[in-house]
Amino acid sequence: MDDALKKKLTILADAAKYDASCASSGAPRRKAEAGGLGSTTGAGICHAYTPDGRCVSLLKILLTNYCLFDCAYCVNRRSSNVRRAKFSVDEVVTLTVEFYKRNYIEGLFLSSGIIRSPDHTMEQLIRVAKTLRQRHGFRGYIHLKTIPEASPWLIEQAGLYADRLSINLELPTEASLERLAPEKDGAAIQTAMGQMGERILQAREEKRRFAPAGQSTQVIVGADASTDESLIRTSARLYDHYGLKRIYYSAFSPIPDAASILPSKSPPLQREHRLYQADWLMRYYAFSPDDVAGATESGMLALDVDPKLAWALRNRDRFPVDVNRADREMLLRVPGLGVRAVDKIVAARRHATLRLDDVARLTSGLKRARPFLVAADYAPTRLTDRLDLRARLAEPPRQLSLF
Amino acid sequence: MQTRTIRLTSGADLDGFRAAIRHLVPAGVPPEAVTWVEGDAASLFAEDAPAEPGSALVLPRAVAELVPPVVMHRDPERYGLLHRLIWRVARGERHLAEVASDPLVHRLTLMRKAVARDLHKMHAFLRFRRSGAGEGGRERFAAWFEPEHHILAEAAPFFAARFPSFDWSILTPDGSAHWDGRALHVGPPGRREDVPEHDAFEAGWTDYYSSTFNPARTNLAAMRAEMPKKYWHNMPETAAIPGLVREAGRRVGEMIARAPEAPVKRVPARALAAMAAQEPASLEALNAVIRASEPLVPGATQAVLGEGPLGAAIALVGEQPGDQEDLQGRPFVGPAGQLLARALREAGIDRSQAYLTNAVKHFKFEVRGKRRIHQKPTAGEVAHYRWWLDRELAFVAPRLVVALGATAVLALTGRQVPITRARGPAAFEGKPYPGFVTVHPSYLLRLPDEARGEAYAGFVEDLRRAATLAADPASRVGMAG
Repeated sequence: MDDALKKKLTILADAAKYDASCASSGAPRRKAEAGGLGSTTGAGICHAYTPDGRCVSLLKILLTNYCLFDCAYCVNRRSSNVRRAKFSVDEVVTLTVEFYKRNYIEGLFLSSGIIRSPDHTMEQLIRVAKTLRQRHGFRGYIHLKTIPEASPWLIEQAGLYADRLSINLELPTEASLERLAPEKDGAAIQTAMGQMGERILQAREEKRRFAPAGQSTQVIVGADASTDESLIRTSARLYDHYGLKRIYYSAFSPIPDAASILPSKSPPLQREHRLYQADWLMRYYAFSPDDVAGATESGMLALDVDPKLAWALRNRDRFPVDVNRADREMLLRVPGLGVRAVDKIVAARRHATLRLDDVARLTSGLKRARPFLVAADYAPTRLTDRLDLRARLAEPPRQLSLF
Repeated sequence: MQTRTIRLTSGADLDGFRAAIRHLVPAGVPPEAVTWVEGDAASLFAEDAPAEPGSALVLPRAVAELVPPVVMHRDPERYGLLHRLIWRVARGERHLAEVASDPLVHRLTLMRKAVARDLHKMHAFLRFRRSGAGEGGRERFAAWFEPEHHILAEAAPFFAARFPSFDWSILTPDGSAHWDGRALHVGPPGRREDVPEHDAFEAGWTDYYSSTFNPARTNLAAMRAEMPKKYWHNMPETAAIPGLVREAGRRVGEMIARAPEAPVKRVPARALAAMAAQEPASLEALNAVIRASEPLVPGATQAVLGEGPLGAAIALVGEQPGDQEDLQGRPFVGPAGQLLARALREAGIDRSQAYLTNAVKHFKFEVRGKRRIHQKPTAGEVAHYRWWLDRELAFVAPRLVVALGATAVLALTGRQVPITRARGPAAFEGKPYPGFVTVHPSYLLRLPDEARGEAYAGFVEDLRRAATLAADPASRVGMAG
């Protein structure tokens, strides 16, 4: 690998890292054909972890970080003084294939700054994906960042080669978009998401290959004044209307050469963490957006307790719950019990009566769960009435920052 | 009680264990009476005491699924624990494996989880290095890996499915796996020195790894939880970790402290203006886009574009090009096109003055023998092509658009409507032009001879009405939409 290419890689990986997504999940299981390269496993694989604890699954790069747009939160906005570079289509293809052969990556996550026009940029992204698929018989994972300002037929062509497509919402309200991303248009973003959602659904019904891993998006947390409640309600709407697979919350992080319009401070990582938990409650624990909203304090999720515990503390009259009798739905509401623990409880109690020790073997969250449940040999001593329950269960301020 | 010693081969001796357990449990030998020993010698149990005929041991699925991964675990107690589980299941606790809270099941479940995790980490963290050319000029790669459990045989097929096109070897302290493009071979333990020390892409990969790290999010505990240190020495990129961690604080401090800088470059006004003008500005520009695009369903020779003058009084939209259209690159030149031409003539419409196009621009077919049989486009395909049709008709700006058949109606309205109900003048919602719905000429070709004459006359009559409407849109007033 020559130095010029290495230098480009450094610049264009650095420029791409603020996109939180690196998932390689959701694609149907595929094997390489004879002479081809690559497979997908369904759940995805993280090939390494960086010291920020994040998974490195895909080669996540920009085709170029030259950009005509001027989004204040973005390190690549046209008014930023960062170093710029541009890959050729073949360079990206070579890097993907060679990294893949060494088992460094699951595939490619390609995005780009807007050069010349959204259509031109989108065409380049598609060319990379198409070359990988057609010339190299590449069956690994491809995630293409779609440019919502591109023509609709291009957005749809991307789905022929990519496993996952994503359009970043970035900011949850039109007002914030207008202020911080003048070239972006909230309505266009939602239209493109809707269009893509329709095509994905239709293709699935017609058993055609079109972005089989669905679409995702990213919202930046902490760059504007949006509350957690408004973020959660926006997410619920996106999941509902456009069939999104994932919404990524990305704590706004200081960037080199930041714009003066935005706060420069450590990223709100704990807030991001709570938003993911709230998102999971809606997707896997049958919480409604109203349930989650009911667990917030003036629209913000608590930082010291997780949203499920916050909800339980507000709804103490619904507890304690008997692990030997309660239905699955109510067990899922018990703080500290995850979906898998609940399923194990439901399976085990068909053949045995569960004591507290038994529950302890099924979850690692017993400390949080204990005040809210009843087992064969255990009942909380009016624990749920205690005024200091929250303080007893709150996490000590966690060292999420640097050292 | 007489105790027995059962000798199994070292590693994951699933066959040996199965043979032993199929004898022991039906014979009523309890777990306390057995000592399990691993050794290099082949498993001798089968010779010592062949399984008792007719003593089939049928295990519930949940138990049968637990056995193979637990056997791969390195814990020397694994066979004894499994014996205890199977013993209890055979003695009446049929559902034991579902009781995850049982201490024995819990322990075995943890062992299975540890093995699954080790497998997953091997798939994730193994790194190949290029080791020259293999047979017939194929590329050759090699890797050294130290799994925690006896998982090599289980892990190798993943790599064969993923990397069939080059030769590779995976060496471990317990054994090795080799792929030659045709089959997997298992071999003796390898040595780290048998794998090349460097690879041309490792430095670039490490650069990538370093660049994708965001110092403002440093979280070492999360990294170590997912990528324990024991794996690091076989992963080249981890050499960068100490430096990245050391520098993280300074880098973030600098980013936060640094005052925003004024942009060095001027606002690229001309580029911004040009960017706004990406929409095709003419029918030719749009056609260039269509011509350059890949068919949604592979196979077509070329895109078949619309034909006729801009500002045509009447535009006719068909379904999709057929065999002849695909080869000649022109719309309505096959049998249905010829029938349409005749009908237009009889309806008093000059074909050269009408605009003819299709909802879908590429031929989709199924090959049967030497013939390419037309296949109806799906609703998704019609939706995919409708962007072009809409823009195309906007450039042509006809006074009236005739939808020939259900696919055209779907493309123009987004709705599936039976032609028999929609036939006649129609309003296409949101479209600037009035519409008219009739059958597709290929429908007439499919009719039995005796029905065709009348249907054809009806089709000509439809076209005549459409022509009247197109000539004088006012005559439309009062007609049902």
